[in-house]
Amino acid sequence: MPDLLPVLPELILAVGSMVLLMIGVFSGEKSHDLVTWLAAGLVGVAFLAMMFVVPRDSHAFANMFVADDFALFTKTLVMLGAVFTLALSGTYLKERGIARFEYPILIIFAVIGMMMMISANDMMALYIGLEMQNIALYVLASFNRDKLRSSEAGLKYFVLSALSSGLLLYGISLIYGFTGSTSFEVIAAYGAGSGANAIGLLFGIVFLVAGLAFKVSAVPFHMWAPDVYEGAPTPVTTFFAIAPKVAAMALFLRAIIVPFPELLAEWQQIVIFISVASMVVGTLGALMQDNIKRWMAYSSIAHMGYALTGLAAGTKAGVEGVLVYMTIYMLMTAGTFALILSMRRKEGLTEEISDLAGLSQTRPVMAAAMGIMMFSLAGIPTLAGFFAKLYVFMAVVDAGIYWLAVVGFVISTVSAVYYLRIVKVMYFEEPKDSFEPMKDKGIVTVGYLTAVINSPLHLLLIGPLTIAAGLAAKSLF
Amino acid sequence: MEIGLGHYLIVAAMLFTTGIFGIFINRKNVIIILMSIELMLLAVNINLVAFSSFLNDLTGQVFAMFVLTVAAAEAAVGLAILVVYFRNRGSIGVEQINQMRG
Repeated sequence: MPDLLPVLPELILAVGSMVLLMIGVFSGEKSHDLVTWLAAGLVGVAFLAMMFVVPRDSHAFANMFVADDFALFTKTLVMLGAVFTLALSGTYLKERGIARFEYPILIIFAVIGMMMMISANDMMALYIGLEMQNIALYVLASFNRDKLRSSEAGLKYFVLSALSSGLLLYGISLIYGFTGSTSFEVIAAYGAGSGANAIGLLFGIVFLVAGLAFKVSAVPFHMWAPDVYEGAPTPVTTFFAIAPKVAAMALFLRAIIVPFPELLAEWQQIVIFISVASMVVGTLGALMQDNIKRWMAYSSIAHMGYALTGLAAGTKAGVEGVLVYMTIYMLMTAGTFALILSMRRKEGLTEEISDLAGLSQTRPVMAAAMGIMMFSLAGIPTLAGFFAKLYVFMAVVDAGIYWLAVVGFVISTVSAVYYLRIVKVMYFEEPKDSFEPMKDKGIVTVGYLTAVINSPLHLLLIGPLTIAAGLAAKSLF
Repeated sequence: MEIGLGHYLIVAAMLFTTGIFGIFINRKNVIIILMSIELMLLAVNINLVAFSSFLNDLTGQVFAMFVLTVAAAEAAVGLAILVVYFRNRGSIGVEQINQMRG
């Protein structure tokens, strides 16, 4: 009997989601609310198990699965993202008649896959976790199956994601062939030993990074993000923007830093290129968008670029910076999407940026919350987004790549243009028809809670956050 | 002439490239894209099994089994999404997938 304690949270979610499936099937279509509540509770139970039952730094499945501080930190973020999504979804799904009980269960399935990815300590576990996540996400993207846009989003995501999985797998097969193992630690020992035959290994790393870059939607593998963000139902877009991004970034960190510490000079160049390209393309793309969901997609591409600068540093401080960045990014994005979900007129939800005109006069509180989000996303000092950028750029400077930090600062200044455009539309344009009042408690809670966290009050939280991120980063080195 | 590891790797590389070109050059039909994806995964399997035999290590073959399983699951979900898409659009031509762009 293998020791299954390290995988207890995943087991709770896996078995629990089967039970939820049974509950859903036997109580029919109306069980959406019940199953949603139970799913959120299930995530809570899994979180408690992870915090208090799972032994620290334990391994399972012949060292393929590791439960360390890094996994604890990023899994907490993923679970938080899932709970936010469940809280935001209800009203939207009911209005469109797609409040099926499968929705929360698919989210739990995706979360299980993400947790496997985060804890993967072996190329095989990495691949299985990634696919467990992907297959659930394909279905979620096309969840509004009678609408052309949603099914098109699902189809695009499926084709491009399968292509990137192919690239990733090809890279893994080369790495396996040239190092003789799929275990991260054995690969690291091989790199430290000889480094001969490195050309095949390098090809493998290039393919691996390409596959991983796709999952975090970094340029040049970003083309799926705007279409999928626009086409998928908005709560699903929210989920795409927060949980899988965090999980994929965690996977990116672990799958590059743990097996290839000796090849830093080689992969560093690729990561720097991806990061600068993402910042530039994300910023330029966002300047030209009218649909706010598409606009968020480009914004998130740019944010992945900033976060990847921390990985490019390749140091412990860099990883810490990325983790702080992803936490704050997740809070900013979840809040922005909560506010997007409350852009509601009598005839239904709107998605155009121009619909926000004059929001400061018609709905001052919502405009203030949105304003905080925009300033925070732009990285204006005293708001949370500033500290996120500060930590990654400081790590980059410490690693001696000064020009990258300068490029990051310049582009983040340029990016203020498109964030401030939203503020301008809200505060300085003639008001349009007022939005309907927000009735959904989940949306109100998430929207205002994250706005408060992103406001200067975050200074109370940033200390514990950096300590936790520091502990998490330490377990990769 | 003896057939060595290099030959297998070349075949796999050729299949993999065919798969990638199949996805990007094909302008007709989404089914062909699904076939190309399958081709890529099979190329990876050839790689894994060839390395596994060359290294005298079973990991590669176990991995190939996992890849086959996942490929089956992925094809099932992919075809289901394709059916849903066809119902809404009435066509599965690659050039018709253009509701969102920019």
